[in-house]
Amino acid sequence: MRIRVGHLYPEYLNIYADRGNIAVLARRAALRGHELDVRPIGLGAPLEPGAYDLLYVGGGQDREQALVAPDLASRAAELRAAHDQGVALLAVCGGYQLLGRGYRGRDGSLMPGAGILPHETVAGTVRMIGDVLLECELDPGRVTRLAGFENHAGRTLLDPGATPLGRVVHGFGNDGESGYEGCRLGSWLGTYLHGPLLPRNPSLADWLLARALAHASGGPPPELEPLDDELEERAFRVAVERARRRGGRR
Amino acid sequence: MGLRLALETALARSAGTLSRALGRGGGTTLPGKLLWKVDPDAVDALAERLRSGVVVVSATNGKTTTTAMAAEILGRGRALAWNRAGANLLSGIASALVASPGADLGMFEVDEGALPEALARTRPRTVVLGNLFRDQLDRYGELELVAERWRAAIAALPDTTTLVVNADDPVVADLADGREGALRFGLDDPRHARPALQHAADSKYCLRCGAPYEFRAAYVGHLGDYRCPACGHARPALDVAATEIELRGLDAARFRLSTPYGDTTLEVGLPGLYNVYNAVAAASAALAAGASLADVRAGLATFNAAFGRFERIRAGGKSVVLLLVKNPAGANEVVRTLETGVPPVLVVALNDEIADGRDVSWIWDVDFEPLLEHAGVVIASGGRAAELGLRLVYGGLPRERLEVVPDLEAALDRGLELLEAGSELVVLPTYTAMLALRRVLAERGLVRPYWEGEGVSPRGGAA
Repeated sequence: MRIRVGHLYPEYLNIYADRGNIAVLARRAALRGHELDVRPIGLGAPLEPGAYDLLYVGGGQDREQALVAPDLASRAAELRAAHDQGVALLAVCGGYQLLGRGYRGRDGSLMPGAGILPHETVAGTVRMIGDVLLECELDPGRVTRLAGFENHAGRTLLDPGATPLGRVVHGFGNDGESGYEGCRLGSWLGTYLHGPLLPRNPSLADWLLARALAHASGGPPPELEPLDDELEERAFRVAVERARRRGGRR
Repeated sequence: MGLRLALETALARSAGTLSRALGRGGGTTLPGKLLWKVDPDAVDALAERLRSGVVVVSATNGKTTTTAMAAEILGRGRALAWNRAGANLLSGIASALVASPGADLGMFEVDEGALPEALARTRPRTVVLGNLFRDQLDRYGELELVAERWRAAIAALPDTTTLVVNADDPVVADLADGREGALRFGLDDPRHARPALQHAADSKYCLRCGAPYEFRAAYVGHLGDYRCPACGHARPALDVAATEIELRGLDAARFRLSTPYGDTTLEVGLPGLYNVYNAVAAASAALAAGASLADVRAGLATFNAAFGRFERIRAGGKSVVLLLVKNPAGANEVVRTLETGVPPVLVVALNDEIADGRDVSWIWDVDFEPLLEHAGVVIASGGRAAELGLRLVYGGLPRERLEVVPDLEAALDRGLELLEAGSELVVLPTYTAMLALRRVLAERGLVRPYWEGEGVSPRGGAA
């Protein structure tokens, strides 16, 4: 099956090797006989909610983020429609921040985001940098662990009742205090974790692919056949050990 | 010399000797660390004594090589205080000052983050700024943050300081905007331009208006001949330019250098366009500091690679070539120099210590692909060997041609074992992996430890 991926602002938001995440999705889809059709969505380009099964938004430097923020905010209606239709999404770092209500600077001014993920980010004084280990339950009863790297000054505060991506085992997470990381809304995932995240966390890549396939086929998320992930697991184990040894703490 | 300063420097000097005697590494920063701790103002006082002043070099990539080249040109018949082993924080500068009591000229490479304080304390007569690429985001923060701090530090420099900037880097060139007497260098040979901007290119958007730059030629990352189609902001005119560039694989680069003082043809025994940038930066720095074109030519002709950046080491009937990689822009250039003759066996070593960057995501921004199609066996090594292996497999390396050997010494031996006699093992290590590999090679008597100075020759093994 063809999985249509919309990659938002790849020219601007690519600071944390976001193309690694896309490469993982493409390869794991191909190994199951599916084809990932990745199309860049640039500033001002149309975003038809029905034209994609999966959306991806990466992270950028402050300057680039400020250049794309107004464009992303102006697409709130299309993005919400995509979400409501069951289009899957992964947003990392800056993309994660900008899908919330916005980024509040130290002077109190708000750089508005798309306002779909239930959170707001406020500028912090200390940068939260280091390896992270999370514990997640993306499907009920199936606990998985995710290992990544975080580097953010913004503190993302989830609204009451919002669902985080996972519980922080080692590292700072959303705000360094709550003990939670990321945000989940249906098939949408936002997170600070890069590394990039998907190469060493193939179960998360498969979760996203299953959701995208569900949207493409109109059926339930399929069970994907297992792959030989020996190298992925080795990389994961080293990342877990790093998080344990030197993940950030307050 | 004041009594207190004399006492402090003497103490610091003996600490370095003691560190080496105990076999605890080079002791290249220990004396400086001590002095820096006891009395940071001593750096100011010691720098003040240098009769010909101080030259400071900073950049994301190439600062060690550029500084070494400038030292080779400017150090002919003159005593230098030079942090040659690459200890480029204030403590390293302090060490170089302590170790060279009779020096006439200070030659300091400076870490990008330490530049503002180094400028304030050493009050250089010449400041050379090479480039800004994304590098170790976990350590330096984003590029714009570094640029912001540089801007403030440069603005505070007196008019008597000569600024030497890479005009091909929009952010760096802008630092010299409107500054009198600044020297702007760059490359002018579109035959060597990349067909397109690389994936990891950084300063792609106009500093003035935010529109994407158009590149008449992009040479290394975002370095090149840029122009904004919206507002016209463009690369400034070059005072010093490299033209008619000829690259000779891993062996050498030759080019014509045009300067306000005339033209000359130069040859450097180092590979790649990035080393042409280093040579042009060093030549410009030396000219700004009073050298003649003849000095430049003579200095670059005898130049040997800076420690660990590019070394060819004989190991039995085979040889090992070490090429340091540390960020996407630098690694892409190393890949490019190998493209013409893809090595049969390649070792890539990825560590994630503080000096390497703890965040290893940068390897996904390196365009390894051109190398992997034709590579024989690639051995992924270092603390993050498996992560690197994944990157290479995603880059098109068939799994059966990848070996994951985290232990560096074992990887080196495996590489040598796979190699046919008479051929060359190419090793691409990150910084601490390079240090560890050199330690192994030193233990085997193949290279001298770096603190013994000029023991390293780029082509002849241990000199």
